[in-house]
Amino acid sequence: MFWMYLLKRLGFAVLVLFVLSLFVFALFYIAPGDPARAIAGDKATAEVLAQIRQNLGLDEPITVQYGRFISNLLHGDLGFSYRSQLPVTEIIADRIPVTVSLVFGAVILWLAIGLPIGIASARHPGSFRDRAGQAFAVVGISFPTFVLGMMSLYLLYFIPTRAGVALFPASGFVPLAESPAQWAWHLMLPWLTLALVSAAIYARLSRAQMLEVLGEDYIRTARAKGLSERRVVYRHALRSAMPPLVTQLGTDIGLMLGGVIVVETVFGLPGMGRLAVTSVADQDRPVIIGVVLIGGLFVVVVNMIVDGLYALMDSRIRTAG
Amino acid sequence: MSTLSTKRVPNRTAPTLHPATRTMSVVQRGSTSLTMRRLARDPASIAAAVGILLIIVLALAAPLIAQLTGHGPNEQFRDIGLSPEGLPIAPGATFLLGTDQLGRDVLVRLAFGARISLVVGVAASLAAALVGVLVGITAGYFGGRVDTVLSRVMDLVMSIPFLLAAIALVSVAGPSIALSTAVIVFFTWAPLGRVIRGQTLALRRREFVEAARSLGAGPLSIIGRDILPNLMVPILIYTTLMVPGAIVFEATLSFLGMGVVPPTASWGGMLAEAANNSIYLVAPWLVLIPGMALLIATLAFNTLGDGLRDALDPRATRKA
Repeated sequence: MFWMYLLKRLGFAVLVLFVLSLFVFALFYIAPGDPARAIAGDKATAEVLAQIRQNLGLDEPITVQYGRFISNLLHGDLGFSYRSQLPVTEIIADRIPVTVSLVFGAVILWLAIGLPIGIASARHPGSFRDRAGQAFAVVGISFPTFVLGMMSLYLLYFIPTRAGVALFPASGFVPLAESPAQWAWHLMLPWLTLALVSAAIYARLSRAQMLEVLGEDYIRTARAKGLSERRVVYRHALRSAMPPLVTQLGTDIGLMLGGVIVVETVFGLPGMGRLAVTSVADQDRPVIIGVVLIGGLFVVVVNMIVDGLYALMDSRIRTAG
Repeated sequence: MSTLSTKRVPNRTAPTLHPATRTMSVVQRGSTSLTMRRLARDPASIAAAVGILLIIVLALAAPLIAQLTGHGPNEQFRDIGLSPEGLPIAPGATFLLGTDQLGRDVLVRLAFGARISLVVGVAASLAAALVGVLVGITAGYFGGRVDTVLSRVMDLVMSIPFLLAAIALVSVAGPSIALSTAVIVFFTWAPLGRVIRGQTLALRRREFVEAARSLGAGPLSIIGRDILPNLMVPILIYTTLMVPGAIVFEATLSFLGMGVVPPTASWGGMLAEAANNSIYLVAPWLVLIPGMALLIATLAFNTLGDGLRDALDPRATRKA
């Protein structure tokens, strides 16, 4: 039954990717605008344009074109950038370490900030700590990522630097392999900026979940048999509060990918989000398609992992159906 | 909702019913007035409502502000609005909130930007709520295959990385307010749809729906007269909570150059211009003013939404 569940989720993941591929294909192959013109430029002659169209197969029926589009995708071929003429997979592969570094650190930070605040709030509802935690949550949820990013750049980078104390670097990316310390230092502000919104959502969600679980009978039993409060909260309660939080993690990854675009733009990080924005400005369709599809694949894969975790945690799915 | 108020009234008045010491008339209050009274007792909700009101006033008064200051929203004062070095001027007497990099009045642009944020935020949320309610009720009421298909569609919409898809869409169709609004509607209706579906599913099995059906009421009449009124609370709360998301979504699109087309003033666009060449590092008000306006708007709607939820659903308050 566990496997049936995973199989269903896998089927859905394939459906999502299929719809996404249909979406970008329809968008870019049927929409107005001549790709041949985009490649060759304004001065190209009619013969050159016709030649390019033939090379790209643009004169063939739509279904044939879609078939080739999908077949190329499955072979890991995303075509060539109109602008740089480099393979799109290569361009994206260059950017992935930046975006993965950004997301990885931000997820850890968001859990490290959000969960403790939520749990602390739930242990003493109505207390000052609880109200402070809830205030943090509502402000965090309301703070637009790009405003937060620009403000933190101004307050934590520009003002200290002008005063002669370089707390953080302005922008740029240092690969992890080159210098782990520099890598983390350069990513600190982007991580914090990206993590805040999700941390706030998590603080609120984990508070609500914990409150609900802490009201259950078995928690009273656990307390009654003399277990320490710490053990009750972290062992007994947290375990049953986790599954909905894990599901939310999957939903938030999609949200976070949007945040990545903004954060990379504000902090000048050469990642996939930045690539998406610049390729839109350049009207570089193959790159846009590539970024959207890889982004979609990323979200789908993360959600698959989350579903798997959820199924493992929830005994009802693990054993029954 | 009516059961809610009848439950609530005796509770509130019970301790004061001491016939010997005091005569007290029991006032029967409708659910709307009860909700308003609860909201009015919550300082955060009051502050939020005031904040929203201020932004609405700012938006409405935009042409008036332009007239009073004598500064048009797109008018460039390159002589008095820029320092001799060509830098923006800090907030002062002539320009209350300073000028931007082109010597335009930030206050006037802020007011006109408020119109965009409010109109797009509210219109997109209302439209998304309409779609979400329609789809959710249809899925929940008719069930079966209809439900399966619609639920999958909702899952699908929620699984697509929306900002990426929005960017792809805008890159083809070109940026505009109408497209921004459409994109926001398309990517935000699904969560509400899911909630409404669940609620409808539960309501459909209730006795009063059964009764209506046995009296010969058709699906449209049952949905309109029995189910929809019972869904007003979640619809109201969720729609309010959708507004801040829509405002940020619009501002983000404009910030990335994919929403409102310059020189039309929008908060996201103002922030994008401030970020350009990092001009905001020497003129921080270019970030602080539209940034704070955005934060106040989203904070106000989020707080009001939370307050509404607490006021409409006292059970949740007690638990929380």
